Amino acid sequence: MKKTIVAFLTTVLIFTACSSEEGDKPSGRANEKLAAKFGLTVFEYENGIGPIKEKLNIPAEIDQIMAQSGKEIFDAKCTQCHKINERYTGPALGDVTKRRSPEYIMNMILNPTEMTQKHPEAKKLLGLYATQMTFQNVSKEDARKILEYLRSVSN
Amino acid sequence: MGVIIVSAAFSGCAPSNEEGDFSGAASKVYVAPGKYDEFYAFMSGGFNGQLTVYGLPSGRLFKIISVFSQNPETGYGYSEETKPMLMTSYGFVPWDDAHHPELSQTDGVPDGRWIFINANNTTRVARIDLSTFETAEIIEIPNSAGNHGSPFVTENTEYVIASTRFSVPVPNRDVPIDSYKENFKGTLSFIKVDPEKGNMEIAFQILVPGFDYDLAHAGKGPSHGWAFFTSYNSEQANTLLEINASQNDKDFIAAVNWKLAEKYLAEGKAKKINTEYYRNYFDEDKQKAFSEKRSSVYVLNPKDCPGMIYYLPTPKSPHGVDVDPTGEYIVAGGKLATVIPVHSFSKMLKAIENKEFDGEIDGIPILKYDAVIAGEVENPGLGPLHTEFDGKGYAYTSAFISSEIVKWKLGTWEVVDRIPTYYSIGHLMIPGGDSKKPWGKYVVALNKITKDRYLPTGPELCQSAQLIDISGDKMQLLLDFPTIGEPHYAQGIPAEILMKRNKKFYELEKNSHPDKTASEKETRVERKGNEIHVYMTATRTHFKPDNIEGVKVGDRVYFHITNLEQDWDIPHGFAVKGLNNSELLIMPGQTKTIEWVPQKEGIYPFYCTDFCSALHQEMQGYVRVSSKNSNVELSFN
Repeated sequence: MKKTIVAFLTTVLIFTACSSEEGDKPSGRANEKLAAKFGLTVFEYENGIGPIKEKLNIPAEIDQIMAQSGKEIFDAKCTQCHKINERYTGPALGDVTKRRSPEYIMNMILNPTEMTQKHPEAKKLLGLYATQMTFQNVSKEDARKILEYLRSVSN
Repeated sequence: MGVIIVSAAFSGCAPSNEEGDFSGAASKVYVAPGKYDEFYAFMSGGFNGQLTVYGLPSGRLFKIISVFSQNPETGYGYSEETKPMLMTSYGFVPWDDAHHPELSQTDGVPDGRWIFINANNTTRVARIDLSTFETAEIIEIPNSAGNHGSPFVTENTEYVIASTRFSVPVPNRDVPIDSYKENFKGTLSFIKVDPEKGNMEIAFQILVPGFDYDLAHAGKGPSHGWAFFTSYNSEQANTLLEINASQNDKDFIAAVNWKLAEKYLAEGKAKKINTEYYRNYFDEDKQKAFSEKRSSVYVLNPKDCPGMIYYLPTPKSPHGVDVDPTGEYIVAGGKLATVIPVHSFSKMLKAIENKEFDGEIDGIPILKYDAVIAGEVENPGLGPLHTEFDGKGYAYTSAFISSEIVKWKLGTWEVVDRIPTYYSIGHLMIPGGDSKKPWGKYVVALNKITKDRYLPTGPELCQSAQLIDISGDKMQLLLDFPTIGEPHYAQGIPAEILMKRNKKFYELEKNSHPDKTASEKETRVERKGNEIHVYMTATRTHFKPDNIEGVKVGDRVYFHITNLEQDWDIPHGFAVKGLNNSELLIMPGQTKTIEWVPQKEGIYPFYCTDFCSALHQEMQGYVRVSSKNSNVELSFN
């Protein structure tokens, strides 16, 4: 019993610690430990769980054509829950590319259920918004376009 | 003491409760949490007009598919999109009596693409798409009444065949009923099925003497190209049929060479008869049903078409007609017969060749009974009705009056086993049991009466199905379970065939409903005269718009609601206070429309009826209804 409580407290502490570090880049060593705590690989901890399993090569410059196409998909499939600058059913996404890695964003779009079951950050957001994000039947390419759109509106 | 007397009295007239060893039965039907059933069973809802889907061996009810009856659960037959499905030449008919589900087949084996089912009362045949488990099409059968012998498919679903139980004047007209013999005719209909899309059209009908045509089955293998129809009342009586239609020692199975009929049709031997009937279909992309009126049908008369149809004499008031997996044997079940007659297809061909006829009726030669009979099953129980096959050389016949299933061997015609049912079994079903390759593991008894079988639920008791293991030499009862409506007939198919084809949501990109709202940006409310069109979206966990003002008493308000979800199993519901027709249940990616005509001023809340998430209760909104002459502006947010 005591052990459980200790474990629970530890988790809470780590959880809290982790959230306070949001936006920062914790050292590789710290992430290794955290990832292990949550039963994730370091990649998964940093970049989400899902079909994107390695770092993508994303040029710094925004591909406007891709972003425009991403906006169309976003308008059709995401705007019922997400706005750029205000909280709605889900969080505002204007600053999401600053908060999360590109791979994380794509994994969240492509694999929301598993993300909210296993990833500490996604779990936390589920607790906060109380609504399970749904998979909106977008392909990997679509998710990449949505990412480009979110990069283009980054504020 | 009373109990003992009752049970003793009961044993006297019906099978006693089963005795014997039931250990092991429970584990054979137990399907652990998270595990799938091996088979889907599709059972007719009988008088409730729907089709129900059960898992076997668990007996769990999965779904009620709306077919011929309105269903307030989904808005089927109430929503603007589905009302056209129930259009007929008699107007809007929101119910029926559905009897015989029949799976589509390829090379004589159920292929899991579609399932068909008949409406007896206002004669129709429906096609259900098994990728969505939704009714895709309903066609009305003209020149028919009591569409009972229907809808049975040919080996490659070239045709769905349908025969009329009640003969009627063709074309229907005002005549004295006692002119029956002179004016009343039967029809056998051949509905052509588009091999790709499944669309149905009546290719031709065959005009036959005014008997009662009861059931049908198509040939297979060597008998492919033929179809068989039972008939009773060859006396052509029109009153007190109970006595007057049981005079003749033998009635008939009509054997139709439909390949020859096709040839006669192509040669122009058919007459075009003017008549009125509807074909209704659901366009999945438009998410909308459409009705088309048809005004004529081609009718072939046996007198003009030699060799197209023969009568096989069959004792006595035959009911079911079933063709074994090899296609050689045609088994008849006779309500009043004391044996089960089995006709031989090869002997039938020989008898035709040798012209072994016993007269003819209206141009239809009657073959000699002895020349076509392969054998008779002795002592098959009282009231043998229907036969299914296990693919291992055995046949299973339901006996209605003695409430039992009788197992017998094809070829020797010997009864090898029997098992009581509770009670009054009609049809029975082996998955694939009327096909070339049955999955002969179970037989399901489809029973009419459950007296003293379940807890009482008032004057009416549920009807029941019973699952019986036929994998061994002896049939073993495993389970009985209650059914919705009358489980008249059923079809079964391995679940894995259907699961591969299963559609999980409707793609928003493909939704071309004219009143679709593609995103929240497009949501709006428009007035057109006294019509208000609300273009609304639903998503976890809100509607948009959620407040509407400027509606007036007597306006016809159309809520066109698009469910923007693209995730499996997230339908949203919709209901507004005082809605006079039904709620809606909108599948992911679908658009549905419901009409509402508010009668009184006031504030009307609306909400989602299908629990969708933690914030489901918050999924709500208001409509303000003002007086007819108010000047409240139309507005929404």
